[in-house]
Amino acid sequence: MLSPALLVRDVRKVFRKRSSEQWALKGVSFSVANGETYGLLGPNGSGKSTLIRILSTLLLPDGGEIEVLGYRLPEREREVRQNIGRVSVDAAFYKKLSARENLVYSALLYGIDQRTAERKSLDILAGLGFPSARFNDPLEEMSRGTQQKISIARALLVDPPVLLLDEPTTGLDPQSKRDVQEFIEDLRRRKGTTVLLTTHDMAEAERLCDRLGLLAHGRLVAEGTANEIKEAAGTEGLEDAFLKLSGEAFEKEEAEA
Amino acid sequence: MNGLRQMRGFMYRDHQLTKRYWSWVVVFAFYALVNSATVALIGVASKDLRLTLNLTLGAVLWSFLSVLFNEIAMSIAFERWEGTLEYTFMAPVSRLVHLMGVSSYALLYSMVRAVVVLAGLFLFLDLSLRGANLLGIVLVLMVSSVAFVGLGLIAAILPVMSPERGAEATNIFQGILLLVSGIYYPVSVLPKWIQPFSVLSPATYALRASRKLLGVEGPVGAGHPLQGSSITAVLPDLLILAGMGLAFVPLGLWIFGRVEEWAKRAGKLKRTG
Repeated sequence: MLSPALLVRDVRKVFRKRSSEQWALKGVSFSVANGETYGLLGPNGSGKSTLIRILSTLLLPDGGEIEVLGYRLPEREREVRQNIGRVSVDAAFYKKLSARENLVYSALLYGIDQRTAERKSLDILAGLGFPSARFNDPLEEMSRGTQQKISIARALLVDPPVLLLDEPTTGLDPQSKRDVQEFIEDLRRRKGTTVLLTTHDMAEAERLCDRLGLLAHGRLVAEGTANEIKEAAGTEGLEDAFLKLSGEAFEKEEAEA
Repeated sequence: MNGLRQMRGFMYRDHQLTKRYWSWVVVFAFYALVNSATVALIGVASKDLRLTLNLTLGAVLWSFLSVLFNEIAMSIAFERWEGTLEYTFMAPVSRLVHLMGVSSYALLYSMVRAVVVLAGLFLFLDLSLRGANLLGIVLVLMVSSVAFVGLGLIAAILPVMSPERGAEATNIFQGILLLVSGIYYPVSVLPKWIQPFSVLSPATYALRASRKLLGVEGPVGAGHPLQGSSITAVLPDLLILAGMGLAFVPLGLWIFGRVEEWAKRAGKLKRTG
């Protein structure tokens, strides 16, 4: 059997502040197959971003095992970094610099030369509906939706086999949201990229993801296809299933406490 | 090959940022020039050429070393302010290449700034540097800059440890260097309890060597050329500076690595801290 693109096994993370401690992840396990799009759903504070940051090598877990394309973290951090692209909810850029300058800088860090970076950036941005005439405009003059498209271009410049998308369409206008969603679908079709997507948008999750995991209070409370989750919850919609299943988890935790 | 391209990435970024913030670059250079001139003019007002030369040397050296230190020490704080910290730290770049890239640009930038300040000072001062060992001073600056890069790397951990207080602490660190290094005065005038700290600052040795090379410790008078020392006369200071560079750079990288690991465990490696 082929090893999965992402393997997360019993991962735990606690944040300690003076006398208190807050568990962000309480033993989360799941795997994502090569070429699969896996959606992580959960309310704010459920641990989604913590998990993405652990997979991005920005955070060390307190327990459990993680492998990305067979590379174990944190030991093979360098290889993992070379093979992942990330888009976060905030398009983090040097706002005074242009799209070209931001993307060239990022590409150089990944060992891509300037000319190749400029050509690839324009290709990717064209696929996202970004007008090439704005390539040299400072980011600060662009809308959030446009900045997010540049953020996606940055993540894809290195053709990463694994893409971590942390709420990539949150706050985007409907057209930008559609552009981004279509691009993700197209990417998967053309390149077979493995995608881990976190989102609050149930329709987006149903549309883009092969399987979903529901995260609540640091635990994975349900996993399966959208239909399997709806069936397990006995609801017609994914949103109702989400509320029902995560609500059960809260009750369970309160009972444990 | 990849390491060089990655280093170029940091230099490319910092160069583009310098161009975009050009008006602030001009403002800071102007302020540094005026500040240096006001200090040097104290010597002119005293009709004391030796004092004028000492103050001018101190102002130019500090202009160079402080900018070099500050650019490196504040590099992490700048990343956090821009919101790009996470993307830089998740790139497949070794910390050595990352920090060397930042330091290389900082070195070039601070050299240009120091030359601008020195050239500007000649608009205010009627000085002749005939007889001074200027090449020797450049050599001392180059050697001391390695030690300052190391100090910058050590100070750069502060904004990693505390997003709120780190940048403030970095400025305190720089202030202490200015105080103990005898930039504008001999270390001997400092209170006795502070003087031992001066041996830890590379600027102390850079200043001492540069004063000898400039010739301000010999006979100084209008119309007479300066009697700058030869390099051999400042060899002990150069060796101390080289030793500091050899010790501070690896030490800074090692400390940075340990603090980065701690930050990844504590969840501090993020744009908002």
